[in-house]
Amino acid sequence: MKILVCVTSVPDTTTKIAFTDNNTKLNKAGVTFITGPYDDYALARAVELKEKTGASITVINVGEADSEPVIRKCLAIGADDAIRVNAEPTDAYFVAEQIAAIAKENSYDLILMGRESIDYNGGQVHGIVGEMLGFPSISPVMQLDIDGDTAKITREIEGGKEQLEAKLPLVLGCQEPIAEWKIPNMRGIMTARTKPLKIVEPTGTDKLTTVANYELPAPRSAVKMIKADEAETLIQLLRTEAKVI
Amino acid sequence: MSVLIFAELDEGKIKKSSQEALFYGAKVAEQTGTSATAIIIGQADDSELASAGRFGVTKVLHASNAQLNEPNGMAYATVVAAAVQQEGSKVIVLAKSSLADAMTARLAGKLKAGLAANVVELPDLSNGFRVKSSIYTGKAFAYNDLKADIKILAIKKNTITPEETDSTASVDSFSPTLNDADFVISVKSSEKASGDVLLPEADLVVSAGRGLKGPENWGIVEDLAHALHAATACSKPVSDLDWRPHSEHVGQTGLKISPNLYIACGISGAIQHLAGVNSSKVIVVINKDSEAPFFKSADYGIVGDVFDVLPRLTKAVKAL
Ligand SMILES: Cc1cc2nc3c(=O)[nH]c(=O)nc-3n(C[C@H](O)[C@H](O)[C@H](O)COP(=O)(O)OP(=O)(O)OC[C@H]3O[C@@H](n4cnc5c(N)ncnc54)[C@H](O)[C@@H]3O)c2cc1C
Repeated sequence: MKILVCVTSVPDTTTKIAFTDNNTKLNKAGVTFITGPYDDYALARAVELKEKTGASITVINVGEADSEPVIRKCLAIGADDAIRVNAEPTDAYFVAEQIAAIAKENSYDLILMGRESIDYNGGQVHGIVGEMLGFPSISPVMQLDIDGDTAKITREIEGGKEQLEAKLPLVLGCQEPIAEWKIPNMRGIMTARTKPLKIVEPTGTDKLTTVANYELPAPRSAVKMIKADEAETLIQLLRTEAKVI
Repeated sequence: MSVLIFAELDEGKIKKSSQEALFYGAKVAEQTGTSATAIIIGQADDSELASAGRFGVTKVLHASNAQLNEPNGMAYATVVAAAVQQEGSKVIVLAKSSLADAMTARLAGKLKAGLAANVVELPDLSNGFRVKSSIYTGKAFAYNDLKADIKILAIKKNTITPEETDSTASVDSFSPTLNDADFVISVKSSEKASGDVLLPEADLVVSAGRGLKGPENWGIVEDLAHALHAATACSKPVSDLDWRPHSEHVGQTGLKISPNLYIACGISGAIQHLAGVNSSKVIVVINKDSEAPFFKSADYGIVGDVFDVLPRLTKAVKAL
């Protein structure tokens, strides 16, 4: 079985977002970039499937050179090789097109990625890739087992979950608790240095959307504290002042 | 050339978030000098379908093939794409939801559409087509220029307030050709909490964290939620520990919500938690630690023990 895991490189979840250049660029100063947390789940499940079935794992990232540490970490965790499509990943259709182009050349049985990236939160790439390849797509996937050419899947739905079955090939958007997050060990880190990382140039469409500029939300007004022994006042304030109940 | 709005049903009724999308779509139609058409898939009474007119759409296309009774993102995308073609629509509007996300992605792929997710304002058409969307899990906004011929706008819940009239829409039945390939995923079983207020749609949310000490203590959270007709939510460790189902986990790696009122009980307010709830209109924080970071992001705060404060709040709500 050949698995393609798609990963994004995103600001660490504790990052306070700020912009530069007249609010047209993310201020990357002091920001640590990490694998998209949902992509981490996809990779972790791929590594478990590899341990069980001997599958091969290729990691793909659409991103510029500064995402290579994130790609190396994925190799250290257990991917066999990696592809970086050398382009800024700001547009879901464009990113999907790059992934689909690589997938068409290499016929993967399973394409796994996070349910969404935590920067643009589009949650669209898996579905667009599925559509482009003519593969079914399912998201958000909480459990995945492979039995021959059949995938048994648990998917979250609003207020519950659903058990599904589908034949490979498939594209899946993953989330917890599909697997335990993996931390690279020393041996993994050493071998990751020698694993192949191929850089390819993008193909296809120009971006269908671009960002003109960014903005930060207005700060909230100061908190109004209520004494615990007067807790009931809160309910009055929510009704008369905030008018939300 | 009409603006097409996908309106989602829940048990035969148009979801509240879809009402917002209908109103938004009708406004875009007004801006662009076209009309607004809704596409509604699944079983619903004609009167419910026609009621989409309250928000400004003039026509409803109703697809109710039995195969479509089970929500299916891929098949729904095929139906909506056919409606786009029939109507010659250049702008498609919908509300973000679990089903709509699955559908939108396939649709964007079919139509080669420019897509903006988590849209929070009407578009600015003064110079191209620009929409404001929420990014970085609510920590920032982006102004997106949509350059593709076809544009899809997925609206973030509770950021658009619909105005209603007493108009009704005409209802046409719509039966496009379905693709067998869209039905290859088989649903073996499903579990869904029923009767309770669904979290993604909820206007009021009572949420609790590790401060509740254990699942056996959730009664006091549920009591307040029931009294308010609110949904319940939780922090990530709470769902990781299986105290609550994953579908209640809010935050950076969980559900992103934007209710009118978010009451956080025994939650520290870590940045990853805040990320999923920071666009709530009013935030109330109850924590026994006066230094808990959540107080910095709250509108109202009570420094106190949840085991004492929550029952008193419930009593006060019941007395209203
Ligand atoms: C990559 C990543 C992604 C993450 N994503 C999310 C996410 O999506 N959502 C999320 O929630 N977290 C997320 N986290 C975890 C997050 O960092 C915090 O660990 C988590 O939010 C803490 O949950 P908590 O506040 O319930 O628990 P704690 O941090 O244990 O805080 C409990 C709070 O309860 C208070 N308390 C205790 N007893 C009482 C009492 N009797 N009465 C009143 N108050 C009391 C304490 O003072 C404390 O503030 C993520 C972390 C990482 C690394």
